[in-house]
Amino acid sequence: MSLAKPDALQITNTQKVAILAGVVGLFIMTLALFNIDFPQKGFFLGLSMGLIGIGTIVYSRAAYLNKLEGIKNDGTWFKSISSRGIWGWIVGLILTGFYIVLYFFPQYLGLAADGGSNTGLISLFDPLSLLLSGRPASQWFVYGTLYTLAILAFGYKFMLKYRHNRYQQLRTISVMFFQLAFAFLIPEFMYVMNNDLPYYDMKSVWPLNYYIFDEWSVKGFISAGNIGLALLIFGILSIFVFTPILTYKYGKRWYCSWVCGCGGLAETVGDPFRQLSSKKLSAWRFERWMIHLVLVFSVVMTTAMVYSYLGYSHNDFWLTRGVFISLVIGFLTLVFIGVLYFKGRELGTDAKYGAIGFFVVIAALLIMHFTGTTDKLFYIKSGTLRSAYGLYIGSIFSGVIGTGFYPILGSRAWCRFGCPMAAILGFQQRLFSKFRITTNGGQCISCGNCSTYCEMGIDVRAYAQKGENIVRSSCVGCGICSAVCPRGVLKLENDTMKGRINPNEILLGNDVDLMKLVNDK
Amino acid sequence: MQHIVIIGNGISGVTLARHIRKLSDYKITIISSETEYFFSRTALMYIYMGHMKFEHTQPYENWFWKKNRIDLKQAYVSEVETESKTLHLANGEKVNYDKLVIATGSKPNKFGWPGQDLKGVMGMYHKQDLENLEVYAPNNKVCKRAVIVGGGLIGIELAEMLSSRSIPVTFLVRESSFWNGVLPEGESGMINRHILSHHIDLRLSTNLKAINANEAEQVKSVVIEETGEEIPCDVVGLTAGVTPNIDFLKSSKIDLGRGVLVNRHLETNIEGVYAIGDCAEQHEAIGNRRPIEAVWYTGRMMGETLAQTLCGNKRAYNPGHWFNSAKFFDIEYQTYGWVHGAKGKPDYEKQFHWIHEDDDKCITIAYHKDTDQFLGINTFGIRMRHETFDRWLTEKRDIHYVMEHLAEANFDPEFYAAYESQIFELFKNRLQLV
Ligand SMILES: Cc1cc2nc3c(=O)[nH]c(=O)nc-3n(C[C@H](O)[C@H](O)[C@H](O)COP(=O)(O)OP(=O)(O)OC[C@H]3O[C@@H](n4cnc5c(N)ncnc54)[C@H](O)[C@@H]3O)c2cc1C
Ligand code: SF4
Ligand code: SF4
Repeated sequence: MSLAKPDALQITNTQKVAILAGVVGLFIMTLALFNIDFPQKGFFLGLSMGLIGIGTIVYSRAAYLNKLEGIKNDGTWFKSISSRGIWGWIVGLILTGFYIVLYFFPQYLGLAADGGSNTGLISLFDPLSLLLSGRPASQWFVYGTLYTLAILAFGYKFMLKYRHNRYQQLRTISVMFFQLAFAFLIPEFMYVMNNDLPYYDMKSVWPLNYYIFDEWSVKGFISAGNIGLALLIFGILSIFVFTPILTYKYGKRWYCSWVCGCGGLAETVGDPFRQLSSKKLSAWRFERWMIHLVLVFSVVMTTAMVYSYLGYSHNDFWLTRGVFISLVIGFLTLVFIGVLYFKGRELGTDAKYGAIGFFVVIAALLIMHFTGTTDKLFYIKSGTLRSAYGLYIGSIFSGVIGTGFYPILGSRAWCRFGCPMAAILGFQQRLFSKFRITTNGGQCISCGNCSTYCEMGIDVRAYAQKGENIVRSSCVGCGICSAVCPRGVLKLENDTMKGRINPNEILLGNDVDLMKLVNDK
Repeated sequence: MQHIVIIGNGISGVTLARHIRKLSDYKITIISSETEYFFSRTALMYIYMGHMKFEHTQPYENWFWKKNRIDLKQAYVSEVETESKTLHLANGEKVNYDKLVIATGSKPNKFGWPGQDLKGVMGMYHKQDLENLEVYAPNNKVCKRAVIVGGGLIGIELAEMLSSRSIPVTFLVRESSFWNGVLPEGESGMINRHILSHHIDLRLSTNLKAINANEAEQVKSVVIEETGEEIPCDVVGLTAGVTPNIDFLKSSKIDLGRGVLVNRHLETNIEGVYAIGDCAEQHEAIGNRRPIEAVWYTGRMMGETLAQTLCGNKRAYNPGHWFNSAKFFDIEYQTYGWVHGAKGKPDYEKQFHWIHEDDDKCITIAYHKDTDQFLGINTFGIRMRHETFDRWLTEKRDIHYVMEHLAEANFDPEFYAAYESQIFELFKNRLQLV
């Protein structure tokens, strides 16, 4: 609108210094990237990470602590970085570039060729890696460290931004803890304890953790003895027991907004971009196709993977190909029939799509079983499916697009369109969970803050202004819609299943007889 | 097929159109001049503050109207001729109708202050007002100070808007304490202090005398009635209430008071012509309500009701228990039932007031002095459940029941500190004193 930029958005001198500190920190890493060989690597790594961390902390304190507690969205759509302006695109390009190099050209980060030692950026991280686990750093160690640093620093920022909101503070502490402990430190220590163990982030559940059932991984667990076996069993229990129980009680938020690392990054680093998600109906349609396709792909791929290293005969191991495929088909059928029986009517036409999806999966599995040979499944080399999944879903989708495009697509593009785990949890949340967002009677003024700031692109207002509770599979329960609502309309809660979904024509506050007449039809 | 024409695409007109479409196949046309599509007026402030862009304030996507066969026409109706059922548009076109609904909303009050039409003087009601504000107050270099006249809900929103861009604000409030025509003293006082803590120059018991111009016919300063003080400023916001936006009906045969006069069925004196929303005026006020109810919710309810009537199920406008909400900078406010400020308080109303030591949360509960019946609650900084209070009001619970069960009505996010026991303690102590 106006040429003169709104003034309140200019940053203070303290903030400028803080940004400078952060940039210097990043610059040290950039120098390392371009093969400047620092003498005291440990010192410079500490300096670099310290500057980034302190820069973020000082910046956030200057941004929020001198203001009264409350919603801090002033100027969000005026700032270039948070409104798809030029800075947004630049940051997007840098992030995307970083991911491409990380996944496909780690040698440019300085990853050692066979037998050699690390150079460049990766070598800068050697001292820390040696300290934690006694082995030199890899590109994944660098990534994990930066990832953790980012969640911690920006988590702190987020907590200041929402310092009036205990829900926001607690769940941020939670994701910070799970990232630092479970994703970063514990796997390193596990390696020290027993270096046969494959890298295992215990909070990362299949199918998000798509490699847990890979042959090398399962072999690793099994060869690591009891502890490995325990971990493998824990992984399987997580999928079939813990996850459904927790999701039933609390909704998928227990994972997506309190535990998950992808969610953790989205909620902290991604917070300034949450408003960029599309709320169009067309985006929702696309989302439903996309995420379920990924789910189907991941189920078929994992089954095929496991299948490919199982044997034919009972003599080797009780779990043969035939037994395994029957178990999978049996389980899927049980879920399918259960859902149709209990929720078929509620699902309406969606049940039809569900049925089609189900039969496609079963057909695929049967075809695989009857056409598969020792090294080919679906007439494709068995590893190919798995590497295609790893490449397109695991790397390009979750990393390059999911995180690299934060400033363009919003912070949860991966969680919304691509994560198979989110699809499973969401399915359950929609059908069998006590969680909902309650709408406060007739209080909504249709202002749109809730929809705008929903990172999952849910048009929250569309429900609230009808006085209807929000029960959506994609809702990660971040609670931001509730926080930004200026009229106190939304409350995330776990209550009974009954009356959870309550479509209304006439809202509370009008003529009681009219409400009865119209709503009870 | 019947052609229903609605003038005004605000919440009342749009709710009506949506409900008619659900109930019938009538041809529906909405004529409105301000914007092409429906947007939420209550969200205007967030556009200026950068929380949202204009498109975010539109509750329905643009394809929605065509899909639901609701024809939209962006035009200004300059005259209504009820004999021939014809509307004359400012662009010269004519539109015929079978049934006409007037839902033209409000416009800001102007009380004949000298200088009220200068450049840089504006109300805050229409989208055009916002665009105007963007011209005269884009930042604190162009606008070194703004003066807001009128301490109501829109005035305090405007103050928040301007201070989000670090523009110094002087806030002239006629009353001796902010909004104390509506709020009891304890609450009003807390909001005064909250306004001050946002560095707003709040002037209570202060009236505007005149607005002075510079050579360019633009605002230069305002003069205060009481002291004669001249305050230099670049923008003046007039937010001293609103009046129905019905000047274009003066030449018509439709009965007008301050608004379009309607009966309980929302019918005007002319058959087939109705009025809803901010612009409708009841011949007699309903209960404690005002004859003109200029709030979002009532506009919606009138739309819901009239749709029934127009689709063959004639119904009176018969709203349930009163409720409302607002936000004063960082403090949210909700009300259920009736709690009166000192001025309009009926004899039978007694009040119980609790305020938190942080001075940012308080509640006031009104009850009947003889029967102890619960009459209403104002809550600041604590969210409460509409459904629960609506039920308690219907069940005619007494204050003791409400105090004991207050926790059931809590609607704050999970893990928030709860204050019910503190409130209950105070209530018990009060009882012992009496
Ligand atoms: C800044 C602001 C904040 C508010 N906040 C709240 C709140 O928090 N809670 C609350 O309950 N209420 C609030 N309100 C009040 C609420 O917005 C109004 O009560 C409500 O919008 C009225 O709706 P309506 O449909 O009656 O009219 P309007 O929304 O005013 O719509 C009428 C439309 O008709 C058009 N029109 C008028 N005359 C003509 C004509 N002759 N020809 C063609 N078109 C015409 C107008 O341009 C307008 O677009 C607020 C109002 C403002 C201005
Ligand atoms: S609906 Fe609300 S809680 Fe759910 S994801 Fe969107 S903003 Fe978060
Ligand atoms: S933020 Fe609150 S008032 Fe605004 S549209 Fe959403 S639920 Fe309604």
